[in-house]
Amino acid sequence: MIKASDIHESCAWQELTPGGEICGGGTSKAVKTGDWRSNLPVWDTEKCKQCLLCAPYCPDGSIPVKDGKREDFDLYHCKGCGICAKVCPFGAIRMEKEEEK
Amino acid sequence: MSTMTEIRWHGRGGQGAKTACLLLADAAFASGKYVQGFPEYGPERMRAPITAYNRISDTRCTIHSNIYHPDYVVVVDETLLKSVDVTAGLKETGAIIINSERSPEELRPMLGGYAGRVCTIDARKISEEALGRYFPNTPMLAAVVKVSGVVDPERFVQDMRASFQHKFATKPQVIEGNMKALQMAMQQVREG
Amino acid sequence: MAIRERLSGNEAVAFAMKQINPDVFAAFPITPSTEIPQYFAQYAADGKVDTEFVTVESEHSSMSTCIGAEAAGARAITATSSCGLAYMYEVLYVAASMRLPIVMAVANRALTGPININNDHSDSMGARDAGWIQLYAENNQEVYDNYLQAMPIGEDPEVRLPVMVCQDGFITSHAVENIELVEDELVRDFVGEYNPEAALVGREQPLAVGPYDTCPYYMEHKVQQAEAMKNAKKRILEVAAAFEKMTGRKYSFFEEYRMEDAEVAIVLIGSTAGTARAEVDALRAEGKKVGMIKVRVFRPFPAEELAAALSHVKAVAVMDKSECFAADGGPLFHEVRSACYDLENRPMMIDVVYGLGGRDCATEDIERVYNRLMKMVETGDRGPVYNHMGQRDLREPTV
Repeated sequence: MIKASDIHESCAWQELTPGGEICGGGTSKAVKTGDWRSNLPVWDTEKCKQCLLCAPYCPDGSIPVKDGKREDFDLYHCKGCGICAKVCPFGAIRMEKEEEK
Repeated sequence: MSTMTEIRWHGRGGQGAKTACLLLADAAFASGKYVQGFPEYGPERMRAPITAYNRISDTRCTIHSNIYHPDYVVVVDETLLKSVDVTAGLKETGAIIINSERSPEELRPMLGGYAGRVCTIDARKISEEALGRYFPNTPMLAAVVKVSGVVDPERFVQDMRASFQHKFATKPQVIEGNMKALQMAMQQVREG
Repeated sequence: MAIRERLSGNEAVAFAMKQINPDVFAAFPITPSTEIPQYFAQYAADGKVDTEFVTVESEHSSMSTCIGAEAAGARAITATSSCGLAYMYEVLYVAASMRLPIVMAVANRALTGPININNDHSDSMGARDAGWIQLYAENNQEVYDNYLQAMPIGEDPEVRLPVMVCQDGFITSHAVENIELVEDELVRDFVGEYNPEAALVGREQPLAVGPYDTCPYYMEHKVQQAEAMKNAKKRILEVAAAFEKMTGRKYSFFEEYRMEDAEVAIVLIGSTAGTARAEVDALRAEGKKVGMIKVRVFRPFPAEELAAALSHVKAVAVMDKSECFAADGGPLFHEVRSACYDLENRPMMIDVVYGLGGRDCATEDIERVYNRLMKMVETGDRGPVYNHMGQRDLREPTV
């Protein structure tokens, strides 16, 4: 059985699963959508009141919440859409231009 | 091939000609023959003329066309004589069996000059007497067996009793009526 | 000991289904295959099968139900004809590309229009490129035997393709004929259990199926399907060999009838082969060197094997029971002629389109085809390639 993590765009047809079956759960985690980002969200912990409004608005689940408090952005998956900055009532998230790294 | 008997049934939708055709196939099968029983299909329309066919043989018959040169023709409803060319292709060595109260001599002039055997059977009278209702299938079937000899008549009567006992397991009173219709038909079929 | 019975083609298929006892039957009726779910519903109601009998609202849904069930790891079946098959068109491709070995019984019927309920092969021929294995039968015995072989073929891990088990609507589906049935235990052993490597339900390993296939993957997945169809050829012969061991009945890609020294031959599909067989015997009795090839497996197409079987023949008539309106012949003709292209001595070849919408084909019609072929050999003149037979025509008939 070929695992989803072993499949990439250089695989020959013999190295792919029949019909494109995806064997394994939670495989979207492995997709680095952070590469798609051109604007970077920056979190200002001073202004943040931990109201947690940003977390459910994030379309990519890139604002991890632990023990009732948000943590810093998951930049492996954040696409930089800016919704979090828009909905934050306290101006605790600002969008900056993504720097070339 | 020479052992093959081909039979064509003419009836009307809803009259049971197809059922009679399949019953004959059953009877011949039970006597060890290779059989085909098939209707000529179209949209089902009550009372429209329908045709059904049997091939009965000692070896498997592979032909899957309709039958154009039958050995026997069975007419379940005599009103068809006016509208359908029932003797088309019928072999003169064979016979036509018609459900009618009339005699073979009376019907022969309606058969387009057919020179083979003409047989009649009053299936209505037999059915009403034996079963109390008009089911022409059983008497027609018996008449075909008697005239064609395609199945040994004694064996046929035995097989049919078993078949009725199975079919009418919950209505045993019908079994004797059908057996009576069968035997009456075999005695009363008229040849001319 | 085989069981001597007499059944119609539809009854034979339903009986095979009962013996196999599949997990799911997705049912939607259409003439002339309606009797198959009808008989099966009785088996289900009588508790003779453990099958989940799902009555759906269309053929698109019956095939979709089969796809869902099969992906879940169940063995799923259905039956259809004509417009019902056409209504499945989209999902036929889904079943094949998801590599789900669904088995579908088809009672072949003309595909509207004009609307008609009688037999020809236009329905399944229209689906010939959908990626399904297609088996065709001459009679009730063959459709029963093909049905028993379908799952061992389609479910093989090297194949994993859906299978259509076709028979001629009414001509065999509704004709009662003698048949030899295989005992239940033997059928169960022969067909076995469906146990795919991966499935949506009941497995430790999570699975997602039918994903959107981006351009970098689509071509590879289509090559996989093409390779699976090649693998099916080997598997079809393996299964046929095992079936012969069990029943004594021999199957291959096609049947050659009196072809050894044949000078002229007919190639055709389905019940007309039986009619042609009788005519071959009649002409052989007159000393005429005629033969017949009945194609059982149309997908995968046995091109090399057919070419070899026709390599010594002088003239061939391919008989198509469907049109494809290419204006130069029907689908079987195109493929047989293409198969013979690489032969050193190609036979003369014509197409005879016949039997559309239930137009009957008798031994006399087959005789006319052989007469045309023998005349071609005698005169060396092929004459028209693309012929229709059996229609009323103000022109001189070419066959």
